[in-house]
Amino acid sequence: MSERIPILRIGETLLVSVQFDLEDQMVLNLQEDLAEQIVSKAARGVIIDITALEIVDSFVGRMLATVAAISRVLDARTVVVGMRPAVAITLVELGLSLGGVDTALDLEKGLAKLRQPTSSVLR
Amino acid sequence: MTAPWAAGEDPKVYPIARSGDLVHIRQAIRALAQQSRLSLVDQTKMITAASELARNTLIYGGGGKVTAGLVSANGRRGVAAVFEDSGPGIPDVDQAMTDGWTSGGGLGLGLSGARRLVDDFRLDTAPGEGTTVSITKWAR
Repeated sequence: MSERIPILRIGETLLVSVQFDLEDQMVLNLQEDLAEQIVSKAARGVIIDITALEIVDSFVGRMLATVAAISRVLDARTVVVGMRPAVAITLVELGLSLGGVDTALDLEKGLAKLRQPTSSVLR
Repeated sequence: MTAPWAAGEDPKVYPIARSGDLVHIRQAIRALAQQSRLSLVDQTKMITAASELARNTLIYGGGGKVTAGLVSANGRRGVAAVFEDSGPGIPDVDQAMTDGWTSGGGLGLGLSGARRLVDDFRLDTAPGEGTTVSITKWAR
């Protein structure tokens, strides 16, 4: 069983919208699929929409950080959008501050962030 | 100590044998957290803590089970979950409770992070005798 989350492409941006609670294997599959598609589609940006996610535990949190790092190495940028306030509070208290992961409040702001010059996004 | 299970509401036992079980456990804890009227933030914290501990049971304990249900004490309601495995146990509990320390490939936030997310946290373990972690989150 290896269900996969669809990755959409809009121009140079890959868009993933996580719509339901993921099994660990699906989380790992997503990480690999994104790395592959950044290269095969020559993407410059990745948006991961987690609006629908009610929780982000350390496993998913680590995936988000890993995708951000992988995309950086592959000359692309990742923005995580739509994190719920309760999820943000819980993640920080859990001890995961997602350093190195760019975030935006919604898809529109995330796309705008990707359009900014690289220097203003990278820390 | 784990608070007494609420009268008339028997706790349920869920297996932790494969990673797909974590999804079911998160759903079950979510339903219980809503039933006991935890705030949205507290629901999120309890589900997240349960997810961390269930994954620990699976990865470090070699699988096991969780018993979850409603609890009540002193007129308060809450959710409790008891994670049990018969794995190798934890030789150095202080070390295992330290942020960032892991014996596996994880981030080392499971135990220490889960403790911060709940109201009551109890760890019983001994080398060769498995590990039991009990957590409770109370409605405010």
